[in-house]
This record gives sequence, structure tokens and C-alpha cells, in this order.
Amino acid sequence: MSAYRITGETGAWEVVIGLEVHAQIVSQAKLFSGASASYGGEPNSHVSLIDAGFPGMLPVLNRECVAQAVRTGLGLRAKINLFSRFDRKNYFYADLPTGYQISQFEHPIVGKGTVEIELSDGETRHIGVTRMHMEQDAGKSIHDQDPTRSFIDLNRAGVALMEIVSEPDIRSPEEAGAYIRKLRQILRYLGTCDGNMEEGSMRADVNVSVRREGEEGYRTRCEIKNVNSVRFVMQAIEVEAQRQVDVWESGGEIDQETRLFDHVKGETRSLRTKEDAHDYRYFPEPDLLPLVLEQSWVDELKAALPELPEDKRARLEKEYGVSRYESGVLTAEQSVADFYETVARGADARLATNWILGDFFAALNRTGRTIENSPVSAESLRELLALISDSTINGKIAKEVLEDMVETGDKPSAIVDRKGLRQVTDTGAIEAAISEILAANADKVAEYKSGKDKLFGFFVGQTMKAMKGKANPAMVNELLKKLLAS
Amino acid sequence: MSSLFDYTLASARDALRARKISAVELVDAHIEAIERLDDGLNSFITRTPEQARLAAKEADAALAKGEGGPLCGLPIGLKDLFATKDVRTTAASKILDNFIPPYESTVTANLKQDGAISLGKLNLDEFAMGSTNLTSAFGGVVNPWQRRGSTAKLVPGGSSGGSAAAVAAGLVLGATGTDTGGSIRQPAAFCGIAGVKPTYGRCSRFGTIAFASSLDQAGPMARNLQDCAILLESMAGFDPKDSTSVDKPVPHYEAALGRGVKGLKVGIPKEYRIDGLPAEIAAVWDQGIAWLKEAGAEIVDMSLPHTQYGLPAYYIAALAEASSNLARYDGVRFGERVTGASLDALYEATRAAGFGEEVKRRILLGTYVLSSGYYDAYYLRAQKVRTLLQRDFLQAYEKVDVILAPTAPSGAFAWDEKPTDPVQMYLNDVFTVPASMAGVPALSVPVGLDSHGVPLGLQLIGRFFDEETLLAAGSVLEKAASFTHRPTIHAGVSA
Repeated sequence: MSAYRITGETGAWEVVIGLEVHAQIVSQAKLFSGASASYGGEPNSHVSLIDAGFPGMLPVLNRECVAQAVRTGLGLRAKINLFSRFDRKNYFYADLPTGYQISQFEHPIVGKGTVEIELSDGETRHIGVTRMHMEQDAGKSIHDQDPTRSFIDLNRAGVALMEIVSEPDIRSPEEAGAYIRKLRQILRYLGTCDGNMEEGSMRADVNVSVRREGEEGYRTRCEIKNVNSVRFVMQAIEVEAQRQVDVWESGGEIDQETRLFDHVKGETRSLRTKEDAHDYRYFPEPDLLPLVLEQSWVDELKAALPELPEDKRARLEKEYGVSRYESGVLTAEQSVADFYETVARGADARLATNWILGDFFAALNRTGRTIENSPVSAESLRELLALISDSTINGKIAKEVLEDMVETGDKPSAIVDRKGLRQVTDTGAIEAAISEILAANADKVAEYKSGKDKLFGFFVGQTMKAMKGKANPAMVNELLKKLLAS
Repeated sequence: MSSLFDYTLASARDALRARKISAVELVDAHIEAIERLDDGLNSFITRTPEQARLAAKEADAALAKGEGGPLCGLPIGLKDLFATKDVRTTAASKILDNFIPPYESTVTANLKQDGAISLGKLNLDEFAMGSTNLTSAFGGVVNPWQRRGSTAKLVPGGSSGGSAAAVAAGLVLGATGTDTGGSIRQPAAFCGIAGVKPTYGRCSRFGTIAFASSLDQAGPMARNLQDCAILLESMAGFDPKDSTSVDKPVPHYEAALGRGVKGLKVGIPKEYRIDGLPAEIAAVWDQGIAWLKEAGAEIVDMSLPHTQYGLPAYYIAALAEASSNLARYDGVRFGERVTGASLDALYEATRAAGFGEEVKRRILLGTYVLSSGYYDAYYLRAQKVRTLLQRDFLQAYEKVDVILAPTAPSGAFAWDEKPTDPVQMYLNDVFTVPASMAGVPALSVPVGLDSHGVPLGLQLIGRFFDEETLLAAGSVLEKAASFTHRPTIHAGVSA
């Protein structure tokens, strides 16, 4: 069990966390209109009359968004509800054109599921998913452009969101972070959400309560709205849990309320209390029929689902003999795993793993590139490794070739030829070089022979230097031993 | 024909096709009639004579070439609840006083596609909320009928009161209406014309300003059922832009009119014989029964056991939806705005100034019944009643083919006789609401006059999507009644 505790004046407190993650569905068009769902664009340029709530306009459900929601549900290993329904959530705000948000309140499209998270100590935990539903996003109010007026941008209004609600199973900021990262990874694998938290494609409402260690049941929770990064979610939990412990310990009560996290001041602030809470007056959306899915359609979507991170991890471990840690790094992003497999398939898997996690990642970091715009293609890297395996070049030379590849984008074989880096395996040439070195360093040979074994490295270095690094290291070792023994 | 105002929509269509009359003369005559009479009747909110004359010329050109759609050259009016591209659309509310939609409703687009020519936008109760047409922000509509020996202004019924009055007075050959709880049938009965509320889902709601989404349904209003059948065939059909519209082929309704009722089982629901039903209403109902029997129908006494819960359940379901549907009129993106120091102040000022008393009352009631703690007692229970009402009809239609009942509990009453108690007012819808709640089609035809000389209508309620049987039975009533009376104010009566 997670050992995260807040130590108060009167004892240890456990933190109980539930997350509601809003994830924007990847789709061409909005949930109920044909307007573009793409991010950015001039204000109010991606708005249909439906999104703007004009009189007589009616929503029409976007089938692709439904498919994406089902895929997500399947990826969360959750129950897909063949019957679901849309409801209206009524409230007035300037960026909510119709005065209601179309959501799924009573009958969500996805039921119970689970997300497996892994903590830094290697422990895994299962976090329950209560439900997931589809809903439309609101527009954006802009208050800082004019002293007296606010502006409204409806580009986001009507964009399809999935709200993924977790059980109160999370017990520490680390687990919360791991949960969101895992969710993000699954959604990105599925292609149902791009997980871009900076652009608001994913954001979380964080429910936090605390209880004394060993206490049964839950105490009153507070909801921290709209936290838009993993780091802020973790920080918000920390400060909110501490605040609640302080309140309880000083004899106070926690009121159920909605709070905001201020990351600059590192505190949460009350946004509205339970008394001010909206009465959303939910009722079934009469402009849409209930959503009834065919099991066969769900099965089709399931069959076409990409391999999920956990499955991929297990497979990489089995097929390529990578460690648990390595498989985690290699599957963090689908694109990395794809790159890895392209290189490792049919190559020396261990060599591929070491090179990708080592020199190749280092090169990406140094050049500020990602796997998507890598200067070296998977095919080129595979070719480089093949040159090592068939002894055309040695590992040291390969590093030099990789540098060249990053810089020029040339094929490794072309670089080897251009620079004349082909490894020397001609024993005669190597022997000649060694003989020369031994002759020039008679004193060191004597020292070596009198027991100073460490000097072997010196001779190897000198030989490689003389051969311009191109000598086959194994052969150099072998020949040196032979000649020094003579 | 003695006058252009003696034409029905059907006979005008035939005369246009035969080139006996031109669209220009027909349209001009009706525009002239509107100018002559409508300052008094107030059935139009917005008149569009320029566009109409232009369209009439085009219609004549098409007709001359033997082209043009089934409604080519026919002057009609559009209830001002249908969005019309580039023509002001108000829903009879001050809050949309300045609203000119950049789009056209599917129903009116269908009619125009078929060649119909709109003479303008017709008055209604504000946001279709009312049974008198007195809640319009643009003034009440005067029923062209008057009581014998009296010039007291009568209400045309509502909410499609402008449509009913304009058709009755001969200002248009037909009109669109919408019916949420009786808004086509009751004004049709009050004005002595025919009106059809189709099955929910038969006509697209796209571009029609919503009152209660799960109940609103567009339908035709005209001099007789043949004209209604012609209009409905054009208005109806599946629309991918309305998820609740139904993908079923549209029959040739006009062909169903002559089918007769031989062997048809006509149900007489005992629950509609309410306490205090005026004797005149009971009498026309009995007359209708006799006519259908004479024509070969079998009369079946039957029961719709949950009828009495229809009205209260309707006023919960409809107002709940309305409270949400009308939230968009906030002064932010379109319509009238009254500024305020804060967003909430802007909302309050805009909506206080923009909505009339009845609309405000209904928004408040609708908000209340959806509120936390009341939802189960009101909204949910109303939905259960709705299911029971629907079951009543489904079970009834195992035994009967069509149901006959009065349309309204009275004939048109005077402006100043309007009940001051809103609940009393809502009772006007007692006979029309059950069919709306069930979603089944219904129509009203004029069958006679009351003792004051004011028209009375009878209502037929049919099976889901069986408008054809409904029209056939209605046609029999129409023929038997041979209702040829004309209102006091009529385009064909020279002043």
C-alpha cells in the first residue's frame, strides 16, 4: 500500500483522491455540428450556427466521436453501455451559447473500468474508473482585452470531450500523477485524445479529502477545478490535503466546495460553496434520440484496436528480452515503441536496445528533436547496427558514424565509405602495427612482463590510435596477448 | 369563378397549371387583400410583398414552360416561428424583434422548393405559448369571425392564430402552423378551417424555433383537408439535420382523401365527455358520430384511461423543455440586448425586457419542475404519465382505426372574455394535449357553427404515421358537414 501520509500535530493522515479527467476527442468535426474541431484559428472561425445556439438549430451526433468514445472505453477495459443517453446540463454563462451543455448524466456510454499504474518503486496499483461519458465543451471568455467588456470565442464550443471519472482509489500525489500519465498514454495509443495539456486537450478536476490513518469511510471532499498539468495536479493535492489536515486539527470542519488552484501562490482558494452550487436541472436532451449501439459494431472497433501499452510492454519483454524498466521507457510513446521495433526486428535486440536507450536518445536530446522528427530514421539506425554486427565497423567507430548521420542525414554505409572507416580485420596489418608499437616502447613491454598487467590497456590504446580506431578490437586484444607473450 | 378569393389551394393550383390565372394576378390579389384587411386583423407580423411579386413572376415563367413544382405560384403564409433566410423571424417576441436569420427552416425550404410563395410571417402567441394569440409582442390577432349581431373582437385561438386567421380571411391559400399541445388544431377550429398535426417526427424541426422539442411538430393549415394534404406532402420528410425526424417515405396524401370510411372502426373515448362539456360541443360531436356511421364506419365506445392526467403532465413536460430551450435568448449573440453592469445584470435586463408575461411564467414553472428536489415529483412523473398516455393510444389502436373527439371545449371567445386565471386558460388544450403527448397525428375540421354563429371543429386522432386514414375520415366529415360559411371579414367580401 501507498505509504504517503501527512503528519499532523495529532497524528498521521491519509489522503483520498478521485480524478475527473476531461479529454478532448480527436475528431475532424465537433460533437454535434460539422464545424472544425481543430485547435487554434482566428477567434470564432470554427463556429457553426448550431454551436452558436441560433434559434431552431438542432444537434446531430457525430458518429466518429462515438467510435472514439467506445475505443477509449475498450482501452480502459471498461463496460461499453449499448444504451446511453444525452442530457442537458442547464446553466447560464456567456460562453455557453444555448444555456445548457449537452452531456451524459444518467446513462453514460462507458461504465466501470480500470487503469493500471506503476509507481517509482516498481509497485503497480489498479485505479478504478467509475464511468466515462461524452459531452460538449464550452467556449472561452476573454476578460483581459478591454477594461469594460469581455469577449467570447466559440471555437471550442461544441468540441467533443470525454469525461473519465475515477473511483476515490488514489492515495498520493505520485499516484495521481501516474494515473494521469497512464491515462494520457492509453488515449494517445488509441488515437482518441492527443493528450496535449498545454492546449487544454486534457484537464482534470481533482477531488481531495483526508482521513486519519486507519479511519473507515470518507470525510468531506473538496473539488479543485480545471487543473491543467500533471505537476499542478500533484502540487494541488499536496497543498489542499495539508490545508484540510490543518483545518481538521484546529477543530474546524471542511465544507464541501469547489476550489481553484493558484500555482503561483501555491494555494487553493474557494470558488463557490455548496450553497452557491449550480442547480443544473439535468433532463434528457429532447433533440436527440437515445444512443443505441450494436454489439457487432463495438466488436468491430475492438478488433481494430491498436496494441495497448501494457500488452506492448509484455510483448517487448518476451520478444526482445528487454527489462521491465527498458520496456517502460520504450513504450512510453507509441512512436518510440514503433521506432524501436523497426530497429530491433531482425537485428541484435540487445544491441538495438542499448543503442536506442543510449546514444540515439542522447542524440535526440542534444539536438532537441523528438522521435517524430528524428534526424535518423529507424531504417538507418538498423543499418548502422548491422554494420556493427557484421564487424564492418566497431562500436567506437559506430558512435562517430551516428554523429555524422545526425549531422548529414547520410546513410551509415555511405559515411563509412566516405570516411574510410571500414574496420581492419587483416591480422597482418594489425600485427605490423603492434610490432612497431612494442618496438618503440620496449621499456613498457619490460614493465608489463614484470607484472604490471594494467599496461595492457596502454598497448590496446596505442594500437587503436595507430590503426585510426578502425582495428577490430577483439583481434587487437588477441594479437597483443600473443605478441606480448612471445 | 367569380373571384380569385373563391379558389382553394387545390383549385388555384389546377387553374395555374391550366393557365386560367397567372401567379402574378393571384399573388397581387392576395397582397392587396392583406393591405386592405390586415391592419385590422393583425395576422401578419412581417409582410414580404416585394419578394412575393418577384417569386410570382418567376412562377409564371416556369408555368409557361410547363415547369414548376407542385405548389408553383401558390401564395401562402408562414408562422413566424419558422426561420426564413433574410426575412425577420420573431417568434412574436420582443427579444427577437431585430432577428434576421441567415438560414431557412427545412419545412419552409421544402415549400419554397416546391414553388410556394410566401406573403410574409404570421402572428402567433409569443414563442408559441398560448391559446389565444393575445400573448404576441406584436399585438393580438383578430378572428375574422364575429358573433351574430356583435362586432366584439374574438380570439383566433393559438398559438398558430395568425395562420388560422389569415387562411380564414382569405389572405393566403394556406399556412404553416406548429402544434405543441394543440396550436394547430385549436385555432383551426376557432377560425373554421382545417389543420393537421402530423405524427411527431414527420416534419423536420430544423430551423423552427423550439418551444418544447419533444412535442413541437409543424403542420399545414388551410381551407380544407385537400389543401392540407397537398401542403403536408411538401412539408414532410426525413431530414438528417433533425435527429428526431423519421426516415419513412412520404405518401401521396391527396390520394388518400377519397378512401372513405367503410368498415373503419371509429373510437369514441368516454373520458373526453368531461363534466361541463357545453351542449353545443356535445351536439356536434354526436353529429360527427352520426355522419361517420352513415358513411359506413363502425362506431366503437372506448376508453383512454389516463386522459385526465394529460393536461397537467403536458404543462410540466412542455414547460420544463421550454425553460431550457429559451435559455439561449440572452442578448449575447443575437436578438435584442439590454446592457447591464455585469453579465448577470445583462441577462436579467435583456430577458426582463424581451419576454412577455406568459413566457416568463412558463420559464419559471419549467425551471421549478426541473429543480433539484422537485425533478422526481414533477418531471419524472410527467414522463411516466406520458408513457401511459402513449400506451392508452397504442392499446386503443388495437381495437379502432381512428378516434373522434371535439377539438376544443368551446368556440372562439371574445378578447375580453379571456380567463384571467392562467390555469383556466390552459384548460383550452384539454382535448388536444393527449395526442401531442403520445406523438400520434391528429387533425381538426370545421363542422358547424355554435349558437352565436361561430365555427366549431371536430378532431380526429390517428395511428403513428397513418395520416392517410386520418385524412380519409376527415374528408368524410368535411363532405357531410359541407361547411361553406364564411367569416364576417373575408377578402372576397367587398367592404
